Amino acid sequence: MSKKWFTTNKMTLTFILLGLIIFLFIIVPLVKMVVASDPKILLETLLDPEVRGAIWLTLCAALLATIVGFTLGIPLAYLLAHTDFTGKKLVEGLIDVPIVVPHTAAGIALLFVFGRNFFVGKVFHFIGIDFVDATAGIVIAMLFVSIPFLIDSAKEGFKKVDVRLEKVSRTLGASPWQTFFRISFPLAWRSILAGSIMMWARGISEFGAVIILAYHPMIAPTLIFERFETYGLDYARPVAVLLIILCLAVFIGLRAIVYRGEKT
Amino acid sequence: MIQIKNLRVELEDFLLQGINLHVAEEEYFVVLGPTGAGKTVLLESIAGLYPVKSGEIWLRGREVTQLEPERRNISIVYQDHALFPHLTVKENIVFGLRLRKQIGQEIDKSLNWLAELLGIVHLLDRKPDTLSGGERQKVALARALSIKPQVLLLDEPLSALDPETREGVQRELRQVHDRLKITTIHVTHDFEEAIALADHIAVLGEGCVKQVGTPEQIFRQPNSEFVARFAMARNIFTGEVADRDDRSAIFHTEGIELVVSSELRGKWHASVRPEDILISHQPLHSSARNSFCGTITQVMDKGSTLYLTVNLPPDFTCLVTRRSFEEMGLAKNQRVYITFKASAIHIF
Repeated sequence: MSKKWFTTNKMTLTFILLGLIIFLFIIVPLVKMVVASDPKILLETLLDPEVRGAIWLTLCAALLATIVGFTLGIPLAYLLAHTDFTGKKLVEGLIDVPIVVPHTAAGIALLFVFGRNFFVGKVFHFIGIDFVDATAGIVIAMLFVSIPFLIDSAKEGFKKVDVRLEKVSRTLGASPWQTFFRISFPLAWRSILAGSIMMWARGISEFGAVIILAYHPMIAPTLIFERFETYGLDYARPVAVLLIILCLAVFIGLRAIVYRGEKT
Repeated sequence: MIQIKNLRVELEDFLLQGINLHVAEEEYFVVLGPTGAGKTVLLESIAGLYPVKSGEIWLRGREVTQLEPERRNISIVYQDHALFPHLTVKENIVFGLRLRKQIGQEIDKSLNWLAELLGIVHLLDRKPDTLSGGERQKVALARALSIKPQVLLLDEPLSALDPETREGVQRELRQVHDRLKITTIHVTHDFEEAIALADHIAVLGEGCVKQVGTPEQIFRQPNSEFVARFAMARNIFTGEVADRDDRSAIFHTEGIELVVSSELRGKWHASVRPEDILISHQPLHSSARNSFCGTITQVMDKGSTLYLTVNLPPDFTCLVTRRSFEEMGLAKNQRVYITFKASAIHIF
């Protein structure tokens, strides 16, 4: 690009500068923390059973939340994309509420319903599932705050599926179920997968809602918080670095899988 | 075969009502109407894809108004072909057969037969987005035919194609129909397409059926202003094309012979647009190949233009501007010459 191009396009130049500032704002703290860490201490931290347990629990709980969200959220996303009903806008708005409420508030709301004083909590207690200070509590906290990402993404994916493809499928003898599994779902799959990854990633990073319901067993964000509170920055940082590296690796890997086939 | 009785369908901003149609077994039936007349919705109602407010649809003596689409065995080809983009051509075609739990051998047999019939054998492993418009059309047709439908619905099947491809596909549609004898309902806004393909035509407009008849009846005896608008101001003739010399052919019809330039031979239709016809008092010595003498029998004033009917016989409708009409001093019962080029004649 020539010099002239820049001088004649002041707007682009301004936008590049502004964009660069926010990009560095995101990247510098992350990179600084990673490169400033002593590899020896990182290795020690990785070998710490408490840290490994917390990270493993975080990944599993977020995955479980995603699986539950997938099973219950995909049908809703399909309905929202393909049908019209009164109050649809309201439903769509309410689904996004978990994104905007403070997550500690979300945790308290969940505690009310899934605690043992409310019938929902009682019913689950009766079948042997408790939420307070339990893995199940972590899962529903993650589910609550991250499900909008999956539903919204899947909904957009289903919207892009031409209704006429489904209609043709029906005329060729496919039932509504067969049409869903052979046409709509495969065609929306990329968006669904992208939404699932977002949901999982959002679950891994959740802290506020989780500590209200279940401080123990400890997930990685809680562990970082506790070490920071009890021992200070130097002890919290290695755990944080590990979590960041892990999240980055997983996130980049999964995105690569999702967008692999895009250009063909 | 198909009987539609007093059908009423509600769309977002208008209504189809009082639709009564009867399509006979093995017939090629064309529904002709302007864009936005509800033609697609009518097809979707027949296929069970669009909810019917009232009225009945009968298929081979059985009422199917409330039957699910997958139980009707009526297939549809949409204008944009609606091929499944994540499946190969082959998978598209056998989609319906696989659902029927046919054994592999039978599926392969049907696939090969269809692929050969439509000349798409070389495309079977391709994905739809790598195909041309004409190729997609054939794949969509093969997929629709694969289930041996009782009725084949075609939604503007030629509109998305470029003019050269269109003529070929049009002929192929008719050939496939004549060979397989599948009752076909084809909707279009193209008058000439309707004339060329149909055994019977229904003209749809303003939310109802305006006229049903043979192509001849529709363009010779339109029963309303609306149908006339479609048919009017068109010179359409039925006749036979024969060789003349290396470069041109002769079209024989109703006592006159037109020089045409077309590759087609045999029984076809010919049309000349009214604005392509020159009117003069003296015979014109130009490169135009067709020149005839006739009498002006009718003058229809349209403001800045006028439609003249010139009887040779047959009748030709010609379009002149008000200015030339006045400058030439044209009037009813005058003898005039009409002239048009061989290339102005469309054979279809």
